[in-house]
Amino acid sequence: MQNAAKSLFILALLATSFPLSAVQLIVGGAHGHATIAGALQLAAAGDTVIVMGGTYREGKLLIDKPLTLIGIDRPLLDGENARDILTLSGKNITVMGFRFENSGISAMNDLAAIKCIDITGVHIEDNQIARSHFAIHLANASDIVVRNNTIEGVPRSEHNTGNGIHLWKCKNALIEENDISGHRDGIYFEFVSDSRIRCNTSRGNLRYGLHFMFSNDDRYEGNRFIENGAGVAVMYSRKVTMEQNEFLHNWGNAAYGLLLKDITDSYIGQNYFVHNTVGIFMEGSSRMQILWNSFSKNGWAMRVQASCNDNRISLNNFSGNTFDIATNGTLVLNEFDRNYWDKYDGYDRTRDGMGDVPYRPVSMYSMVVERNPFTLILLRSILISFLDKAEKAIPSITPELLIDKQPLMKPVRV
Amino acid sequence: MTAMWTLTRYIFSDIIRNKVIVLYAGFQLLAALLLFNLEENPDKALLSLLNIELIVIPLISMIFSTIHYYNSYEFIEMLLAQPLGRRQVFLSEFFACALSLVLAFILGLGIPVLLHFQDMLAFNFLLTGTLLTFACTAIAFCAAVLARDKARGIGIVLLLWFYFALVYDGIVLMILFTFSDYPLERLTLLLTALNPIDLTRVSMMLRMDVSALMGYTGALFKEFFGSFRGMLYTGGILFLWTLLPLILSLRIFRNKDL
Repeated sequence: MQNAAKSLFILALLATSFPLSAVQLIVGGAHGHATIAGALQLAAAGDTVIVMGGTYREGKLLIDKPLTLIGIDRPLLDGENARDILTLSGKNITVMGFRFENSGISAMNDLAAIKCIDITGVHIEDNQIARSHFAIHLANASDIVVRNNTIEGVPRSEHNTGNGIHLWKCKNALIEENDISGHRDGIYFEFVSDSRIRCNTSRGNLRYGLHFMFSNDDRYEGNRFIENGAGVAVMYSRKVTMEQNEFLHNWGNAAYGLLLKDITDSYIGQNYFVHNTVGIFMEGSSRMQILWNSFSKNGWAMRVQASCNDNRISLNNFSGNTFDIATNGTLVLNEFDRNYWDKYDGYDRTRDGMGDVPYRPVSMYSMVVERNPFTLILLRSILISFLDKAEKAIPSITPELLIDKQPLMKPVRV
Repeated sequence: MTAMWTLTRYIFSDIIRNKVIVLYAGFQLLAALLLFNLEENPDKALLSLLNIELIVIPLISMIFSTIHYYNSYEFIEMLLAQPLGRRQVFLSEFFACALSLVLAFILGLGIPVLLHFQDMLAFNFLLTGTLLTFACTAIAFCAAVLARDKARGIGIVLLLWFYFALVYDGIVLMILFTFSDYPLERLTLLLTALNPIDLTRVSMMLRMDVSALMGYTGALFKEFFGSFRGMLYTGGILFLWTLLPLILSLRIFRNKDL
């Protein structure tokens, strides 16, 4: 009884204290403040600034106290191709419902539509950002939510186009359900830890759909990476989980679905790699679990360089790829087992669902191509299919240890 | 000219009643229908049909033309007793033979392919298939006028087919490895031009398996063959592969003691 009375008292206290401290300031409309900058100056910590529809050209806007900035009827903040549009710093800031256009472009400074520096607790939701250098730029930030934003850049060339969502030295971020196109890298992570990237679509960016450097203990899942210049790159990181992503149509010169360079202790599961020049390119990566992925219609499903070790590639589906696996040496320290290969032509007399003869996923021709790329001109020549058959019978130049001893007879249900 | 046209028409209508030509068209049609029905992915079916285009078309075209030439030897002799030029008679034989083979190809493979694809790929398939038939017929006629003996003529043609379809690629592979320290882009382009079957394969390949090829050096080939200019190049070279053997065999035939 006493407890209940106590909580009732606290509730009453809360109810009375909130309206007192949190004030709503309105910008635009009939009776509101004339400028956003004016309202931001008047607002105290914890206030809400509501901006009505319209176009605002106010120079650099800065928020450096805990505020909530809400746009009604999607007000437009125009950077007039000259500057950062909105800068956030401090803690607990929310920005939602705006449209940002035309941030400046600079080779010296990373000009951005929304720039967050030295901030804890930032929430950027439901904004549209168009024709900006960087769209959302976060540096030295933590406790970040970037959700449901639509970001559309104008692709120029790599050196004068910024990234869509750019995080540098951040912690504990959630990047969710954003739609990014036409930037240099769709999402860029450098020194970011304990973060999640969920259900974003990154399409038609100049370089990578997702670029991931020196970022440990992160997880990205359910994203779609389509038609980016070079696919997705994950480099120099540990303990990254990549799950249920789709890597589609990343093709062209030096394009990859997923490029792994110096990655360790990570998990790649249930992803789809369709129609990429190379599905997964692995270099210097170790202790990876690559399970339940589907590779179809790629040029190379996987290129596993000899510098990779202790990786487990298991229960994946390989179908319709020109080459299943390619490698650049005879040393193989990785384990391939129980994958489904559509090129496998063995039999299963024991009826355990696994072929009785092992499968060698590296064809002789893929070794030949690795040594001399010009021989690609002989692709699907009759001679090549004869040589491949001969090599299958008596292996001589394909790595002896790269072998799936228990190839599955039917595709894995993912 | 009208005499040649009449003659071509007669020989043509004679050939298309030939059982072998009907079987050839029927086989292609059957293969195409089966593949398109069995494969759920029409791209894969087209890939298998490409193998038919690359192996069967040259083989049948060459052997059929050679045998046809030898079988109509007496007919040719009879015609030459009439007031007809040797050039007219020879070209009539050639065109009748090539056109009937092309007709079989269009009916057998062309129509099923056109039912599934209506793009540059299908157009390229038909164009190269037609030109390849012409080139192989010309090469076969050339071999046939060279050798008086039928068995010998067929032997030469079979060897030529074997060379173009198989041996040549081995030689290319060897050359590419021997000179791998040098820039090979132009050489590779040149090497594909020296074999009509390879040229057909590469021009089709760059429209189909592009993803694998584009990655590295393929970009160059893609740029070259993928463009309209590349198609003109492919067509032009295949046309030369028809024209040169034809001119050569015509010269031999003109001065030959029949």
